[in-house]
Amino acid sequence: MNWSAIAAIYRFEMTRFFRTLAQSFISPVLSTSLYFVVFGTAIGSRIEQVEGVSYGAFIVPGLIMLSVVTLSISNASFGIYFPKFLGTIYELLSAPVNFIEIVIGYVGAAATKALFVGVVILVTATFFVEIRVEHPIAMVTFLVLTCLSFSLLGFIVGIWASNFEQMSLVPQLVVTPLVFLGGTFYSISMLPPVWQTITLFNPVVYLVSGFRWSFYGLADVPIVFSLLAILGFTGLCLGIIGWIFKTGWRIRS
Amino acid sequence: MATILSIKDLRKSYDDGFEALKGVSLDIEQGEILALLGPNGAGKTTLISTICGITTPTSGTVTVGGYDIENDFRAARKMIGLVPQEIALEPFEKVSNTVRFSRGLFGHGRDDARIEEILTKLSLWDKRKNAIKELSGGMKRRVLIAKALAHEPRVLFLDEPTAGVDVELRKDMWEIVAELKQSGVTIILTTHYIEEAEAIADRIGVIDKGELLLVQDKNSLMAQMGKKQIEVMLTEAISAIPESLATHDLVLSPAGDALIYTYDTNAERTGITTLLNDVAQAGLVLRDVQTRQSSLEEIFVNLVSGEAA
Repeated sequence: MNWSAIAAIYRFEMTRFFRTLAQSFISPVLSTSLYFVVFGTAIGSRIEQVEGVSYGAFIVPGLIMLSVVTLSISNASFGIYFPKFLGTIYELLSAPVNFIEIVIGYVGAAATKALFVGVVILVTATFFVEIRVEHPIAMVTFLVLTCLSFSLLGFIVGIWASNFEQMSLVPQLVVTPLVFLGGTFYSISMLPPVWQTITLFNPVVYLVSGFRWSFYGLADVPIVFSLLAILGFTGLCLGIIGWIFKTGWRIRS
Repeated sequence: MATILSIKDLRKSYDDGFEALKGVSLDIEQGEILALLGPNGAGKTTLISTICGITTPTSGTVTVGGYDIENDFRAARKMIGLVPQEIALEPFEKVSNTVRFSRGLFGHGRDDARIEEILTKLSLWDKRKNAIKELSGGMKRRVLIAKALAHEPRVLFLDEPTAGVDVELRKDMWEIVAELKQSGVTIILTTHYIEEAEAIADRIGVIDKGELLLVQDKNSLMAQMGKKQIEVMLTEAISAIPESLATHDLVLSPAGDALIYTYDTNAERTGITTLLNDVAQAGLVLRDVQTRQSSLEEIFVNLVSGEAA
């Protein structure tokens, strides 16, 4: 393993993050506060409790997931798309590195940034509602795995995209609807039976459910399914990336 | 001298059937400077990109320092530095960071002294804290060279290093290349500028339509350039060169109205005076006399247009 290369890529990507640290920090704090004002106060005053948990506290895991998933994708896709766009990818392709090292560097940095924002949201939320974490190890595991797997997806999007419009296509048209409809702001038990069944085809449901379970012990689907879903998704993304580097798809001519 | 780069029957075809490289074979000696000349689209950049791992070859083999570029890609690529034709740099990054990144990417540990040495040599030390976007075009090209040198390559590819740079910077580049050669680095550069090849190369290769047409020692090419021709035009065409002029090794023009004499400008005696006297004595009347010299450019143009030089 070329650890030096992994460190170089990781450091280079994190430098970009630190250059805009204020934005990286302020933006999630502001958006989380807004979510609490709109959803927590306006809707929460009508719902009050979901399965014994105050509505404001109930939506916290979903809010974290929403941000972490979208940020992981955008960070990782931008990270690899930018060198493609600028032409600086020549250096990466001519360096003594294999695809695993490149992926660890870029995806590791993207996941770190998303994780940072996830923690910022969690801390911000504690100012609005009382939060308890019943299964801290599971919580950290879900959070880290989500950051990693969606950063892998973002990496694929970044390689696939041939312009900036395509970069925002997947997050906006696929991921955001899936996250919103994945039980972020509600329990799927609140839906009519038909929709409860349809919702089970949404992979994000398993993520949000598992993550919420780690906080309050509440789950829409069994925790094992949630874990299998995230591991399966990670494996799928890794397989696609392996194929991309093997064939040079959209990277090497 | 040992061979440091060996290319054997390298081919590159694209899906649409276009053949960018049609079986290029070339050995490059350690420490030499090879200039690859060729028109746009000749295959120069494809050749470099394939060796460096940016483009995947269709067939053929390349070894760098004895390491195969596919099977031993790590060892092979570690030896190679590439300065691309296009200026490709992250605009918001600092000069020193981007150079340090290159060193790390190629598996070297942090070495601030080495980075300082490279940046100083390339007159970039004062700009080390500047963002790339604040630099001029020439400075950006220096950053590209600094990045390529940061990991101490044994073989350096310079793809059109002086395209679009001013005369002063071009001279600076030539000096840098000369210094690198002194330190034992092998340099392969592509260029449109024939004077550039003349100024710094040891050998010159001419590539066109994916084929290597010629690889020759620069000095022997220069010797060809040193040859001059004098054309003695006659008022009346003749069918054969007179016996009395046989010693001059003349060539009769196809129309028979001119005698062509090739001589070496560097020689002590060119033989022109004797020739002209002998021509007059043979009873031939001169209409005009003109001289012509084949330049490297002419050799190049003839080669790429499919004619013998």
